[in-house]
Amino acid sequence: MSAPLLEVEDLRVEFPTRRGTLVAVDGVSFSIARGEVLGMVGESGAGKSLTGNAVIGLLEPPGRIAAGTVRLAGERIDGLPHEAIRRIRGRRIGAIFQDPLTSLNPLYTVGEQIVETVLTHLDVGARAARRRALELLGEVGIPAAAERIDHYPHQFSGGMRQRVVIALALCAEPELIIADEPTTALDVSIQAQIIRLLRRLSAERGASVLLITHDMGVIAETADRVAVMYAGRIAEIGPVRDVLKAPLHPYTRGLMDAIPAVGRDVDSLAQIDGAMPRLHEIPAGCAFHPRCPSAVAACGRDRPDLAPSGATEVACWLYRPEPAHGR
Amino acid sequence: MTAIARLRRTIARVRDHDLWHDFTASRITVAAAAVTLAIVLAALFAPWITPQNPFDPAELDLLDAFTPPVWAEGGDWRFVLGTDDQGRDLYSAMLHGARISLLVGFASVLLAAAIGVTLGLVAGYSGGAVDATIMRIADIQISFPAILIALLIDGVARGVLPRDRHDELALYVLVFAIGASGWVQFARTVRGSTLVEKNREYVQAARVIGVRPAAIVLRHVLPNAMGPVLVIATIGLAVAILTEATLSFLGVGVPPTQPSLGTLIDIGQDFLFSGEWWIVVFPGVLLAALILAVNLLGDWLRDAFNPKLRKGVAR
Amino acid sequence: MAGDPLVEVDGLVRYFDVSPPLLNRAVEGAGRRIVRAVDGVGFSIARGETFALVGESGCGKSTVARTIVGLHAPTAGAIRYRGTEIAGRSAGADVAALRQRMQMIFQDPYASLNPRWRVRDIVGEPIRHNSLLPDRASVAARVAELLVRVGLSPVDGEKYPHEFSGGQRQRISIARALAGEPEFVVCDEPTSALDVSVQAQILNLMKELQRALGLTYLFISHDLAVVYHISSRVAVMYLGRICELADTETLFGRPRHPYTRMLLDTIPDLEMGGRDREPVAGEVPSPINPPSGCAFHPRCPYADARCRTERPELKPAGGASVACHAVEEGRLG
Repeated sequence: MSAPLLEVEDLRVEFPTRRGTLVAVDGVSFSIARGEVLGMVGESGAGKSLTGNAVIGLLEPPGRIAAGTVRLAGERIDGLPHEAIRRIRGRRIGAIFQDPLTSLNPLYTVGEQIVETVLTHLDVGARAARRRALELLGEVGIPAAAERIDHYPHQFSGGMRQRVVIALALCAEPELIIADEPTTALDVSIQAQIIRLLRRLSAERGASVLLITHDMGVIAETADRVAVMYAGRIAEIGPVRDVLKAPLHPYTRGLMDAIPAVGRDVDSLAQIDGAMPRLHEIPAGCAFHPRCPSAVAACGRDRPDLAPSGATEVACWLYRPEPAHGR
Repeated sequence: MTAIARLRRTIARVRDHDLWHDFTASRITVAAAAVTLAIVLAALFAPWITPQNPFDPAELDLLDAFTPPVWAEGGDWRFVLGTDDQGRDLYSAMLHGARISLLVGFASVLLAAAIGVTLGLVAGYSGGAVDATIMRIADIQISFPAILIALLIDGVARGVLPRDRHDELALYVLVFAIGASGWVQFARTVRGSTLVEKNREYVQAARVIGVRPAAIVLRHVLPNAMGPVLVIATIGLAVAILTEATLSFLGVGVPPTQPSLGTLIDIGQDFLFSGEWWIVVFPGVLLAALILAVNLLGDWLRDAFNPKLRKGVAR
Repeated sequence: MAGDPLVEVDGLVRYFDVSPPLLNRAVEGAGRRIVRAVDGVGFSIARGETFALVGESGCGKSTVARTIVGLHAPTAGAIRYRGTEIAGRSAGADVAALRQRMQMIFQDPYASLNPRWRVRDIVGEPIRHNSLLPDRASVAARVAELLVRVGLSPVDGEKYPHEFSGGQRQRISIARALAGEPEFVVCDEPTSALDVSVQAQILNLMKELQRALGLTYLFISHDLAVVYHISSRVAVMYLGRICELADTETLFGRPRHPYTRMLLDTIPDLEMGGRDREPVAGEVPSPINPPSGCAFHPRCPYADARCRTERPELKPAGGASVACHAVEEGRLG
């Protein structure tokens, strides 16, 4: 495999508040190969969306990248000036967000919006841009695209709108697509359609996808690899099959057992007691240790780093020799 | 828990609250609050901190009329800011006048809020024809300037009430006129919040429990609709004080024997060009300072209650 | 079905008038617009069971729930609780007492608690309102007991809702519902706003409470896996009608209606990962202008002329009730 398209190393996102600095993303490292779909899954507050926003330079102040690097095809893109990151965002990274309605301008037809984006990023004429817009709408599966191109966003249903947003993200043939909960606002039958579309686009165009979601089902259907986040850190990252079928980290195991499944007859679901810590009270050592059924002494003391275990990397002392006391 | 411990905890809670931080971070708001507080306190304690009761004809001496401020030629230490044409000490008259202005302001805003909040709650919660009727009346009323409505009510009241009781009832008429001209803002806002709140699940939960509509409106909807009301009331206070001043300036407000700030300005403007500038300038400055300070407070409150705007400020 | 029905819903219809105001209609010449949210729904719920209504957004499942607890008046049809008609005109004074045994848990844990009330007041409201306990001390004791019952602590009563996480708030919601001493609880997507690990906590709590207190649930959800886990019988709704009704094993083991099949096929398979399924094309049509005949016919691969014109009724088919001409005619097994 060639060099990865996106490399994130030791990313740290902080929020200075008047009660002290909150660390929302803490030492997150991962990479995405060309044409690969990396799923990033976690419960609310795990820091998965902030990681995505940090990569594309869309952190809302006062949030800021406090440490770490983000490389796109070898080039550093963190800390770039506003204008430069904005150009990369349109041209080389496409973004898809949860709510399609807020991503579209209600005052312009979808055609106008796509044409404008094409004109901004590609060196083509107005007529070619419109032809491209039509192609894109067809490609994302909008029926009667020639007619629908002149409609306004509110004339589309939720699923169709999300398709338009995807078309918009694809305009400039980006190498990387960041999709943040792209199916959460949609009905299950539409969800399946959008997932299929994302997979097809990634396969056909060789685009890499960072798919951020709370839904293990979406991950199972879409991703090649998955990173499980907990309290701003990656607990486990590896091939989807391995992580979902044989999760290593106690948190991932608990999470998988907590999901009800059709055909699995259990009287009560396995539950992880307690809740994810709030940002100002993340425990020392492994952030999961107070809720962990297999915690050992080291877990409350030293923070485990990601280390390989088979094809997966896991941040857990259970899979490594315990560190000497007072390391 | 002792009372002192409780008070300490309350103070700690307030000081830890986002609103408090927001407030102290804005110097202009703190200044506005200080000015407002100073004027309100001075007006409240006017009888004790002024040398003269300007409403008592026995204390006035026409021979003292038109005394200039102390620092000017012919000034008199008894009348620091000078006197008006009746020999009223301007300093005393201003504080007593501010008392009337604030009294009328507060009372009429309370009245406007009471009418507006009630009608807004009723319109928003019942919907349908009741809602349509109330809001159309509001639409019609707001298409006339408030001052016109107040003048109309004042005029009708004067026509209806017996002549000899005019002065005695003038204050009530004024409060009613200003209050009745200002309820629309309250009604519209509260109706809007009510429409939002009544579809929230906690209101539906109360309905499932079987709580009666009146109780739901009072105990669930009203408290959650009060934030914007406070904002409108603050800005409304400035408007009401100004309306009172305007009416008094036009001579239809308080009786001239009990001058408010507006009346003093009205008296003073007759002498502005004859050299007695102080009679109009000092009450004018006080009125302007009060209105400005209250408006600034209102602006801050509006921003503080609007999380979207606050986020914008943080950027 | 074991036991006598606790709740019976018969031919329930609920329309919403979403027409523009009279003035706009007159000026623009626009007609009335009626949303047929619920268009002829009937089922009964036995004492002690969990009956689920499942479907996509706009199918009318929440409207059915809200009509049963009295948040909407039915446009037509009957709702009986323990054999007594509780909706519409014939509802009498005894209805209030019956309704008290019926409580509801809402979807959004952030909107379902009054932000300005302390938790003890929120949980105590049904007790105070229905005068279930004589004095303040016994109300306070009962509230504390309820908070412990749902896994919170008695001191949590002094706090305000914003001090709790989503899962804890849903526990408060459940405590409030229990405070009314219900026998029937309508749960409108109680876990769909929660994270999966919290969802497991809440589902377990609900099951445990059902066992301990003999509750009957009407469970509304769009999540088939959750429905499979918690319910004993399931009705699948599409555009205001029930298209299939069966006990859980039958419905999931052998779905008959084409829409049920489609829904089941959308469940992601966590075990396999990355498999390619053919999703059903098209979207749910608007309930303002539902298709003629069977509402599902524009998306149905088995539709024929009869499906386009004649509305299918729920009919028994091998242990289930199915509203489908193809199933009835044996075209689809």
